[in-house]
Amino acid sequence: MLVYFIRRLGQAALVVAVMGAIVFVSIYMVGNPVDVLANPNADAKEMAEIAGRLGLDKPLHEQFALFVWNALHGDLGRSFVFNEPALKLIIQRMPATLELAFAALIVSVLIGIPLGMLAGLWPHSVWGRGIMTGSILGFSLPNFWIGLMLILLFAVQLRWLPSGGRGETVTVLGVPVSFLTVDGLRHLVLPAFTLALYKAALVIRLARAGTREAMLQDYVRFARAKGLSPSRIILVHVLKNIMIPITTVLGLEFGGMIAFAVVTETVFAYPGMGKLLIDSIGRLDRPIIVAYLMMVVVVFVVINFVVDLIYAALDPRVRLSEQGS
Amino acid sequence: MSPVLEVRDLAVSFGTREGAVRAVDGVSLTVKRGEVLGLVGESGSGKSVTGLSIMGLIDAPGRITAGSIKFEGRELVGLPEKELRTLRGRRIAMIFQDPMTTLNPVLRVDTQMIEAIRAHEAVSEKAARDRAARALARVGIPSPEERLQSYPHQFSGGMRQRVAIAIALLHGPALLVADEPTTALDVTIQAQILAEVQQLCAETGTALVWVTHDLAVVAGLADRIAVMYAGRIVEDGPVDGVLDSPRHPYTAGLIGSVPSRNRRGSPLAQIPGMTPSLANLPPGCAFAPRCPRADAACRIEAPPLLAETGGRAFRCIHPLTAEGVAA
Repeated sequence: MLVYFIRRLGQAALVVAVMGAIVFVSIYMVGNPVDVLANPNADAKEMAEIAGRLGLDKPLHEQFALFVWNALHGDLGRSFVFNEPALKLIIQRMPATLELAFAALIVSVLIGIPLGMLAGLWPHSVWGRGIMTGSILGFSLPNFWIGLMLILLFAVQLRWLPSGGRGETVTVLGVPVSFLTVDGLRHLVLPAFTLALYKAALVIRLARAGTREAMLQDYVRFARAKGLSPSRIILVHVLKNIMIPITTVLGLEFGGMIAFAVVTETVFAYPGMGKLLIDSIGRLDRPIIVAYLMMVVVVFVVINFVVDLIYAALDPRVRLSEQGS
Repeated sequence: MSPVLEVRDLAVSFGTREGAVRAVDGVSLTVKRGEVLGLVGESGSGKSVTGLSIMGLIDAPGRITAGSIKFEGRELVGLPEKELRTLRGRRIAMIFQDPMTTLNPVLRVDTQMIEAIRAHEAVSEKAARDRAARALARVGIPSPEERLQSYPHQFSGGMRQRVAIAIALLHGPALLVADEPTTALDVTIQAQILAEVQQLCAETGTALVWVTHDLAVVAGLADRIAVMYAGRIVEDGPVDGVLDSPRHPYTAGLIGSVPSRNRRGSPLAQIPGMTPSLANLPPGCAFAPRCPRADAACRIEAPPLLAETGGRAFRCIHPLTAEGVAA
């Protein structure tokens, strides 16, 4: 287990290093932040002064070396716009995004697994076909459009739910959270559902395929031969088996939801990290963009590791081989 | 003594794209209390489907289209699923061919045993666990208390089949349907399992339907033998009689294709051709195209089951005699 852990850590460090280089170099090629930051009336001297202050006058390799040196000391640079540490700004926004991603994850599992299993148990029924058709919609409808339609229906027409923002928050352990207030929950429903829809469609497909396969397995037949009730067979024997692939995929997707809830957050004016990223790209606030993407890499690495752990908990065969390594 | 199992003219069809295929066609079997019946046939002969029908485990697109299955005097065909379920695992049990796949890989053995007990009896978790441990001990699994905590992949193939047998016999069923349970095992393990099942069934008076393609297994185990070909029983009788002097040419062919010391040096006899596709059976006797004794009469209509003294029966109009010459 320890060897496995160290090996994973080595892989993670390599991924972070490579991503850092790619991100830094590619962001260097996009626009000149001084143009955006400087007063439109500024002359060349003032522009050069700003560039000098932000360290933008140095050649690329020097900038990168400085970035790496600072990054190793936990400093991912200061925002050009807010003049605050980029990491701090991102972390401030993190709880909102995490909350949204978790809510979306729960919604996608709650929708996806029951519907997927139903479709898997009765693939040729009207229900089974209907669920599969619905899942195609979930795949193909663009995220922002669903968001807009939901706002139109539930916020504008029916006036049941707010159209944007995060709503009331309460502070738990120094972190502002909104899912503990009614108002916060009301603000969470539409963006979470929007973000969850694509994942739910994915879970439906996985659950359906898994269920269809599992139902043909000998262990299901043997379970029936034991005289078990269908509910026991489906909810214990089948569900536990199909959770293995679903967990893997959802883990990866969860990283995606945290990192790239950008569109959903923009549509719902949700004050999460994604909104910060979009704003920063608009202002060419390089340190925030770089810091954000680095954080995304770390999030993915961590989630992959956690998924492996959950995977081991679900599948005893994996558990044993890890102990051996 | 009334039989435990009485199957009459059972027919099972599978709806396929090419139309309904009769996997089992007019099968009749009788199994008495404590008796061992060997149900023998090649792949696709309908022997496994017959076994599954007795369990009521035929799934769509399969369907029992005709006949009756009487178990302990009770008609199973048409019995509601809920009532079938109270019989399954309690009065009729089944074990399957591949022990690697019959146990759920993600559930511990104790979970899978305790659920089987509690599906039929309202006993405490603790009592069920004790009973599970005793059942494992009975099939020869050492330190059963610890082994209960294991997952199936931590057992060898033979041990897994023992666990499956222990589960099947938990409630002391009146009938055990064994669908080639030793085929996937080493020969030595196979012999041990055979002996254990035989002994356990004898102890509890459990009747056994042993589905297999292996005549050697049947010879050592069964009281009676029923040979299936293309969905029909072609020969049925006490095991010694059938194996010593088969009436049906197919049975004779099967016996001839078992390697034997007595015929060392001579090429192994084989049955020419292949089992016919059930979707496209020839008219008349299904075995006629492969049969050395077939003539024009065999291709006209399917021969009826002819009864003989000594509880034997066969479907052939040119049966072999005891001396093996034409009648």
